[in-house]
Amino acid sequence: MTAALINVPKKARNGDIIEIKTLTSHVMETGYRHTPRGEVIPRDIITSFTCRFEGDEIFHADFFPATAANPFLSFFTTATKSGKFDFEWIGDNGFSQTASASITVE
Amino acid sequence: MRRQPVPTRRRFLALAGGTAAIGALPVAISVRPARATPEMMATAIRTVTGGANVKPGKVKLDIPPLVENGNSVPMTVSVASPMTANDYVKSIHVFNEKNPQPNLGNFYLKPSAGRAQVSTRVRLADSQKITAIAKLSDGSFWSTTADVVVTLAACTEDVI
Repeated sequence: MTAALINVPKKARNGDIIEIKTLTSHVMETGYRHTPRGEVIPRDIITSFTCRFEGDEIFHADFFPATAANPFLSFFTTATKSGKFDFEWIGDNGFSQTASASITVE
Repeated sequence: MRRQPVPTRRRFLALAGGTAAIGALPVAISVRPARATPEMMATAIRTVTGGANVKPGKVKLDIPPLVENGNSVPMTVSVASPMTANDYVKSIHVFNEKNPQPNLGNFYLKPSAGRAQVSTRVRLADSQKITAIAKLSDGSFWSTTADVVVTLAACTEDVI
C-alpha cells in the first residue's frame, strides 16, 4: 500500500509564486545493501517524478538510490489560473502512482 | 630527575579519540565495497555539462554541515535567477563523491516556476563534498559545493 501526501495552496492570487510539496511512501531500496547471509537486496526505487498543470509539464525530477526513503520534494510555480496539478511517480518493478490537487486562482 | 607527565583528563580524551579514529578507518573502508570516486563524479558532471565551462556562483546549496544519520539529509538548492521566459534555470543537478553512485538528483524547471529552488532529502554514504550545478537557459553552467560530515553512513549498510 502506497500513499502520497500533496501540499498545494487551495487558493492563490494571480502571479503568486506558490510552493508545492510532495511526499510519497516508498522504501527506495538502494540495491547496495546485503542480507546477513550476504545476498544483495535488489534495487527498488522510484526513478522519476513529474508534475503537470492542466496537462503541461511544469516540473520533473530524476531520483537515484541516493534519494532518501519516502521521497520528499518541494518546488515552486507561478499561479496564473485555476486548474489541476497532476503528479506522477514512476519506478522499478512497474511502480506507478498518481495524485492530483486543484488550485483556485483569484 | 624528570617527572612523568600527569595524564590529565584532557590529554587522555585526546589520545583515546585519536586511537578510536585510526581504529575506525580500516573498518569503515572494508564494509563498503562499492562506492563512487571523485573521478566518477567528474565523469557524471561531464555527462551533464558536455565539457562546458562551469563557473562558481549563482547557486546556493543548503545542507547541514554535520549530519548524524546519512539516511535522510535535507537539502535545498536555489539559484539566483529572474525566471523569465528569456532568462531562467533549465535544470539543477546535484552530485556527490563517495556514494555508490555519483548522482543525488536531477531537477528540470520551467520559467513558470517563478523561483528556482528545490528541496529534497538524500542519502549520504560518507563524509564528502556535495556539488550542485545549474544549467541556465543561455547555456551557461554555474555551481557551488558544500562539505558534509556524516556520522552514520547510509546506502550500503547491512540489514540486521
